[in-house]
Amino acid sequence: MDPLSWLQIFARLAQQLLPVWIALVLTFGLSIRYRRRLGLYGKLFDSTVGMIGFGIVLFWVFSAIFADLIITHDALSQVSRMRNAVPGSPLPDPGDLYPYYLLGGDSLARDVFSRVIMGAREVLRIAPFAAMISFMIGITLGLPAGYFGGKLDTGLTFLANLVLAFPVILLFFLLVAPEIQETIIPLIMAGVLFIAPILFLTVLLNARFFTQPQKRNLYVGGVLLIGAWAYIGLVFNADPTGIWSMSPNLLNVFVAVVFVNAPTVFRIVRGITLDIKTRDYVAAAQTRGEGPWYIMLWEILPNARGPLIVDFCLRIGYTTILLGTLGFFGLGVSPESPDWGSTINAGRRLLTVYPHPALVPALALMSLVLGLNLLADGLREESLRD
Amino acid sequence: MLLFLTRRIGLMLITALCLTFIVFALTNMPAKLKTLAKTQAGGRLTDAEVVSWINENGYGTPMLTRYGEWLGVVPGWVREEDGVVVRGRCVDLTNDPGRAGERCGLLQGDWGYSTRFQDNVGTVLSARLGATGLLMMWVLIVMVPMALITGVLAGMREGSRTDRTLSTFAIASTATPEYVSGVVFIALLASSTVGISPILAEWGWIDGRVLFQGNARSAIEGITLSNFTLPVLTVALYGMGYVARITRASMTEVMTQQYIRTARLKGVGFASIVMRHALRNALIAPFTVIMLQIPWLLNGVVITEVLFSYPGFGWTLYEAAVNNDIELLLASSVVAVVVVLVTQLISDIGYVYLNPRIRIS
Repeated sequence: MDPLSWLQIFARLAQQLLPVWIALVLTFGLSIRYRRRLGLYGKLFDSTVGMIGFGIVLFWVFSAIFADLIITHDALSQVSRMRNAVPGSPLPDPGDLYPYYLLGGDSLARDVFSRVIMGAREVLRIAPFAAMISFMIGITLGLPAGYFGGKLDTGLTFLANLVLAFPVILLFFLLVAPEIQETIIPLIMAGVLFIAPILFLTVLLNARFFTQPQKRNLYVGGVLLIGAWAYIGLVFNADPTGIWSMSPNLLNVFVAVVFVNAPTVFRIVRGITLDIKTRDYVAAAQTRGEGPWYIMLWEILPNARGPLIVDFCLRIGYTTILLGTLGFFGLGVSPESPDWGSTINAGRRLLTVYPHPALVPALALMSLVLGLNLLADGLREESLRD
Repeated sequence: MLLFLTRRIGLMLITALCLTFIVFALTNMPAKLKTLAKTQAGGRLTDAEVVSWINENGYGTPMLTRYGEWLGVVPGWVREEDGVVVRGRCVDLTNDPGRAGERCGLLQGDWGYSTRFQDNVGTVLSARLGATGLLMMWVLIVMVPMALITGVLAGMREGSRTDRTLSTFAIASTATPEYVSGVVFIALLASSTVGISPILAEWGWIDGRVLFQGNARSAIEGITLSNFTLPVLTVALYGMGYVARITRASMTEVMTQQYIRTARLKGVGFASIVMRHALRNALIAPFTVIMLQIPWLLNGVVITEVLFSYPGFGWTLYEAAVNNDIELLLASSVVAVVVVLVTQLISDIGYVYLNPRIRIS
């Protein structure tokens, strides 16, 4: 068989990505149709920049979801004589396999296209979740630091600055080293970091519903039950049902990324809190006799949501970059993992001769982060408008 | 002002102390020492041999004692055989058996011994820091004017087509981490088989086979356009977007001020308004951001130096971390912390100096 031309390659890529196109068209069609009823999300569709960003992000999200339908080959299987094959090369003896390597083969004769799509799944499984945990920790610590001030504020700010003064890469090398993994340190850090979301939700609901004990007991009890379940599974990897689980390797990466992100979120939340606590509605709540946690979580936090949502998008992008950095230095991921950072790292040795194994994941990573940044920009524009 | 400086420097010292202790604790874990023993004394050591290596090389004492030794507040370790001093911290460092049992740590100016490079840490780091300093200088020379011009042009007329284009460019640059832009640059400009180099060579526009080199090791002997362009561009690109966006935001804010309107109503030309009235005020915020950007660029420097194998500070940090070179890592983290805190200090002082409305209290 002849190798494919670039036009044919793109046509076949588009064909493979069909589930993504369908999902994209459906989402955009429905969202634009009902955008007036969808609040800030609906307003996003008034801004071209935001819409483009959202489209790129959704493209990768759907690629990750439908990865099994999209990939042409198994991300780990090697096909002989396809080592460093150029994009569009036909398989020598396809059998019932897909007859081409659409974006070429890497140095171990695996399909670059399938690995990039599976890599999206790896990245999108960790990045948003890590950003979310970072936010919950940053909020849980930043609100009281800004609201109460005093010694608490001084201490927490010092700790945050301490972590921020660390060169990120040194921190990664120290925390994600295989020797550290066998010690108790990641476990302790995970134990501390994962308790923050549970605390956050418990206090959030308790502050709102403590006047209605029945409702409160129901909600808080539910949160504690699910929280404890997830906690056992994630931290100790001992969930009997196996729904919540994280390999020690992944846990370590996760903890390192959260640890780097949380202090920045803390500083942002603290800054916003310092600003908002001087507003009249906070004074009104204080006069009504509301408790400090109610004021922080139900008066200040909702009014800080604009900048926080924008930063959340940026932070997912930054987390993606950090994960790529980890992969680039070969930290905390197995060598055959298809995540983008380690694929770039593997491809850079033969970069000047066979650029495609490194170039494809590099462009994928860039486009995802770019999409998230554009989305954040669009959201900022729209949230400033009202 | 003096009180402010004293407080800041005091805080700096405490931060540096905490950080180095954390680095020390993490690099001195038993498992890490075992790895170090195996890399230093050959791979096939038995457990007993590992223990004896650790004790012989002064890693056997309690961690706090050794941290004190490194700081120079506790006398260095000494190993005697038959009443004769054979080895010791100070003996190894200075080759002078007479100094056994003295203090030789950070306070005495001894940075320790690098197990990876088999040399004094001070010697290793000063050479590498010089190389990185050169890289950073060129990065700033490229990055700052580019960022400021982009930001000012974009912020001059908010919402115009120029603004849209330049803002998107700035966002794209912040979305391209060094390991992506480096890879793209090398594939595009430094490959003899793909990208634009083969085309240019065919046309006879370039002498060699590639336009730029993808390896900057030769830049240590002499910087040329060919071996230094790509590393500089790679670091500068990622940092540029952020500074440009801050400049743009600051510029748009200044352009809505009353005095700009007054100047316009007086009939001053647009170019003159931008150059003489707006620019000075618009550049206060970018100044602080550029200073704060420097420690952040340090991360990019590590990635870039590894990618282009340029033996500077970042590359050394990487090598030290991979080989668990304890004292080199500690010295590197001291350098990194000092860079972070000094740039913060300069940015605070510079901000006050540039903006007379703010006073240090």
